[in-house]
Amino acid sequence: MNLQLNPDGSLRHLLTLDGLPRTILTHILDTAESFMDVGEREVKKVPLLRGKSIFNLFFEPSTRTRTTFEIAAKRLSADVVNLNIATSSQTKGEAILDTVDNLAAMHADMFIVRHAQSGAAHFIARNVAPHISVVNAGDGRHSHPTQGLLDMFTIRRFKGEFHNLTVAIVGDVLHSRVARSQIHALTTLGVPEVRVIAPKTLLPTGVEQMGVKVYHDLEAGLHGCDVIITLRLQSERMKGALLPSAQEYFKFFGLTPAKLALAKPDAIVMHPGPMNRGVEIDSEVADGPQSVILPQVTYGIAVRMAVMAILAGGTTA
Amino acid sequence: MPASLPDANTLITRLADAIAPTLTPNTFIVGIHTGGVWVAECLHALLRCTQPLGTLDISFYRDDFSRIGLHPQVKPSNLPVDLEGRDILLVDDVLHSGRTVRAAMNELFDYGRPASIRLAVLVDRGGHELPIRPDFAGHTLTVPNTQNINLSRLDDGHLTLTLA
Repeated sequence: MNLQLNPDGSLRHLLTLDGLPRTILTHILDTAESFMDVGEREVKKVPLLRGKSIFNLFFEPSTRTRTTFEIAAKRLSADVVNLNIATSSQTKGEAILDTVDNLAAMHADMFIVRHAQSGAAHFIARNVAPHISVVNAGDGRHSHPTQGLLDMFTIRRFKGEFHNLTVAIVGDVLHSRVARSQIHALTTLGVPEVRVIAPKTLLPTGVEQMGVKVYHDLEAGLHGCDVIITLRLQSERMKGALLPSAQEYFKFFGLTPAKLALAKPDAIVMHPGPMNRGVEIDSEVADGPQSVILPQVTYGIAVRMAVMAILAGGTTA
Repeated sequence: MPASLPDANTLITRLADAIAPTLTPNTFIVGIHTGGVWVAECLHALLRCTQPLGTLDISFYRDDFSRIGLHPQVKPSNLPVDLEGRDILLVDDVLHSGRTVRAAMNELFDYGRPASIRLAVLVDRGGHELPIRPDFAGHTLTVPNTQNINLSRLDDGHLTLTLA
């Protein structure tokens, strides 16, 4: 039984992109397309979620993701409450459920959950009342589905189709929940070649079983790519000596103009943010004509509006 | 009886004749997805309107969202001109309860404040639930609530009305 789908196959919660059928991914992307122009209008709101209460439950700090969820909810006319709950070693299952129960008693309709522990959003989803939906806004190393969706939306906007693309994901795949969500979405949407490019120490064991080609050499891996996704070097998550130094990493895996030139001339460069300039990406590339990093942020609002609208519409008691 | 419904293309010509004298350079035609857009496209061509055609998908403004959820095929609204001070001709295929037109007007006002909105429909089938009446109707009849009037379009662009 799939926790995130209703018996009729519609979306109940959004917890991971793993196992979501292509029809649902495409439905979200198409709906997001319709929300794109709301941000350009005189009144930047639609009345869809008027009277609904959405709680941003952030157990781990985040500025961009929390802000775009908040803007998205407000553009749908929902009431938004932001809760930044400091994580402590005592924050265990019991305490999370107490928090959630209290908020449910305040008539919450949706929880947006960010947590440092993998599986936190699933845990909450398993324990909420039937009319409440849960959106995973990043859990540990596991999943960040709305980021994966906004990346797919960005690729579709710039490249049109998925079936003829070569996409490279460069960098710290081991610690990246974003990379996992991207790989699931790219393969589900029919991208024929997904590459991961990273030093051995930054790749999870068995990554090949996710249907990707593995490269340890950036120059070889970038050759002929249509889309390059650079990942943030998760230094705050890195324990022990996986890398000699950030400078050394930049020398071999930093995306510079010279290395970008090895990809197709119309290749786009993406990054989930926040960037470490001069570590995984050169400023000249980040601010260059092939960079779509800022459009990604804008599209993130439309994609999160689509997810919330679909969830709120499908979960009436 | 399906046979009793008039030919859709004849009705559109009749509508265009009625609308033509009221048209000004400030008029902007907006069709409501999906059938209303088809009718609006025909009117736009027949009336030789120089302004671009607008389209509206009212899925985000429906009053039954909390009961039936989001329409599975939402299309983007496309209003290529500034609505401020415009005379809008809103076009739909069938007027029934009036709720679609209400949602469409709510959406239009989020784009700007038009000078006026007039409503043209191919068929006014009765059963109104709101104080909304067409300014132009190709055909008026009364159909029981248990039946539906549908507009369909063939690949060659031919429009057909059916009663089911």
